[in-house]
Amino acid sequence: MDVRSQMSMVFHLDKCIGCHTCSIACKNIWTDRKGAEYMWWNNVETKPGTGYPSKWEDQDIYKGGWENKNGDISLKGAGKLRGLMNIFHNPHLPVIDDYYEPFTYKYLDLIESPARDDQPTARPVSLITGKPIDIKSGPNWDDDLSGTPDYARKDPNLQNLSPAEQEAMFQLERMAFFYLPRICNHCLNPACVASCPSGAIYKRGEDGIVLINQEVCRAWRMCVTACPYKKSYFNWSSGKSEKCILCYPRIEAGLAPACMHSCVGRIRYLGVVLYDADRIHEAASADESDLVDSQLDIIMDPFDPEVIASAKKNGIADSTIKAAQDSPTYKFVKVWGLALPLHPEFRTLPMLFYVPPLLPVMASLKEVDNKAQAEKMDPMAKNWNDSWLYDTSTEELWGTIERARFPLKYLASLFTAGDEEKVKHVLKKLMAVRIYRRGKTVGDIDEEKVNKVMHDTGLTPEEAEQIYYLTALAKFDDRFVIPASHREQSIEMLDFTGDAKGTTGFGFKESPVRGA
Amino acid sequence: MNILNTFLFVILPYLALVIFLIGTIYRYRYVKFQISSLSSEFLEGKKLFWGSVPFHWGIVFLFFGHLIAFLIPQSVLIWNSHPVRLLVLEVAAFAFGLSMLVGLINLIFRRSTNDRIRVVSTWMDYVVEGLLVAQVILGLWVAIEYRWGSSWFASSLTPYLWSIFLLEPKIDVVLAMPLVIQLHIIGAYLIVLSFPFSRLMHALVAPVDYIWRPYQRVIWNWNKEKVRSTATKWTIHRPKNT
Repeated sequence: MDVRSQMSMVFHLDKCIGCHTCSIACKNIWTDRKGAEYMWWNNVETKPGTGYPSKWEDQDIYKGGWENKNGDISLKGAGKLRGLMNIFHNPHLPVIDDYYEPFTYKYLDLIESPARDDQPTARPVSLITGKPIDIKSGPNWDDDLSGTPDYARKDPNLQNLSPAEQEAMFQLERMAFFYLPRICNHCLNPACVASCPSGAIYKRGEDGIVLINQEVCRAWRMCVTACPYKKSYFNWSSGKSEKCILCYPRIEAGLAPACMHSCVGRIRYLGVVLYDADRIHEAASADESDLVDSQLDIIMDPFDPEVIASAKKNGIADSTIKAAQDSPTYKFVKVWGLALPLHPEFRTLPMLFYVPPLLPVMASLKEVDNKAQAEKMDPMAKNWNDSWLYDTSTEELWGTIERARFPLKYLASLFTAGDEEKVKHVLKKLMAVRIYRRGKTVGDIDEEKVNKVMHDTGLTPEEAEQIYYLTALAKFDDRFVIPASHREQSIEMLDFTGDAKGTTGFGFKESPVRGA
Repeated sequence: MNILNTFLFVILPYLALVIFLIGTIYRYRYVKFQISSLSSEFLEGKKLFWGSVPFHWGIVFLFFGHLIAFLIPQSVLIWNSHPVRLLVLEVAAFAFGLSMLVGLINLIFRRSTNDRIRVVSTWMDYVVEGLLVAQVILGLWVAIEYRWGSSWFASSLTPYLWSIFLLEPKIDVVLAMPLVIQLHIIGAYLIVLSFPFSRLMHALVAPVDYIWRPYQRVIWNWNKEKVRSTATKWTIHRPKNT
């Protein structure tokens, strides 16, 4: 047993309102630079949709992640042989047009244009060439299902659905979507690290954050291909790859990452999990149907004395072990089993977990006869012919899940490598908490029914209360449990204090200027 | 004429080598951020294929060919002792030369016609491409005009190159060579000279160690197990993230 600590995240998709505040917070701090304009280390996608870069989930195109060949895993589009043979031209590298060409507008023309018969306009210009362009795409071009025929219908996750099921999803009355915020998953088996020929990408031992050493990166571009989530970006100006750094300077100071801190819906949770590094390879090589379980299996119980002893032996600080015990991630992922990894079939063991959305999945539509209602109305009144009604009743306990408005197959394709039962199980648990709380606060559900749902899903009232608390009421310190990195000692990570003292503020840092 | 010859075949090589050594080491140690292959595939990927791939495979083969003829000339002479093998070597080398030339022309054309690529081009990129194009054309010319270079290079030019490295330059052989070959030699020195000032740097950091490195890399700021042990002696601890 080789116990290590990992900064791990949970995003609660039911709470995401798709406001993109996280993306902006991240952009303003990290990627508002030349060459990085197109990068969104944090982005929020509308699902169904093709995402960013377009169709990133389709590994037949991008060749990201690992594949299991005869029980052993290898990189799908990179690796030692393939990476070095393709080093002069990487056939699977996405190009800027797969994301979008960054642009701005010539605002000054609005002010400086001489008096003319027509209104002056601010033409869009490319942020790469500086020349006028016709904007073809931009960040969140398919937000809220806009351009559905071109985007949402081409979602790679729809491949497993029958044509009838797909059609049902896109009937105007039945259209439904949810948001999928994405950052780097800081995987346990990162494909980007494995694919980097120069060895510039590494996982920090202390907290598992995956970083790219900008001084060692040589633009061999393999990480962009290898990351199945397309969260390693190529800076076209500096000639270096960049990625989400989980705001490690903030985490070291005990602050939540900018995207999480600014989250309006408070959907984000950050905490430590302890895992067994000896079993990473084994977990990543599991059969596709076992992938979720095998990944969760190497996350260890921070209360187990044996695990604690092993963690201490590995030099994990007591404060970190305490943080692992209080970790909201551990609760969501392991204790309650409510959070699932995104696309486990990529086999990178992502450490960002998602609580799948109950809505819009649950609210199924019922056709109702509202003639009687219409007749009661004043003849002057506008009579809406709409005969559809959301069924949010609790008459049938699991009916809405069994006949979900959103095909569970779709969610299964995202979160469980196709296992619908697992998704259903999580959704039932989430529903059970709602029924339990409704019985308690509204009181229109009798106790027998409440007890039945609790029994069906194996929840205790205490657990339901805890889930409710961490979902709906959790305060800042409940959502972000960040162990001390001992800021007072942090200088020791870089320098010997005896040498460094008295030099603060002197010396120069190399400025990140593109080389010749 | 004598002064010029001395400059071109004695002073220039030493100048190039010294600047190459100091420049590349300085750059590797102090401006590491600026060492990159500066790939532009992200901005334009399709045309690059027809430039980068033939160019790189061509130059890699030719570089190692020249290197072997310089380091172990005997091996080339032994190989060439059989006429068929000599022919195979010469034809292969010529093919790689052509491949390099075609690739380079495609690269220069792409660089100068694509708006996006022009934005990420420096004047040094054009200088390097110009030098390489001149060098490969001269090389092909030599191969046609002064046949069986693999043999006479190993027997005549290698001693000259060795004399440079042994610090007792003998340039008689070079002076007797035709102008085209002399220009090819000068071109080589200029390319060596341009390394520290151009993107050629990336050839020096080719990721060879990737072959034997384990796939995953985990870096610890310190070895916590060791640091916490009372048995460990107190030392100046200077971890580096490299």
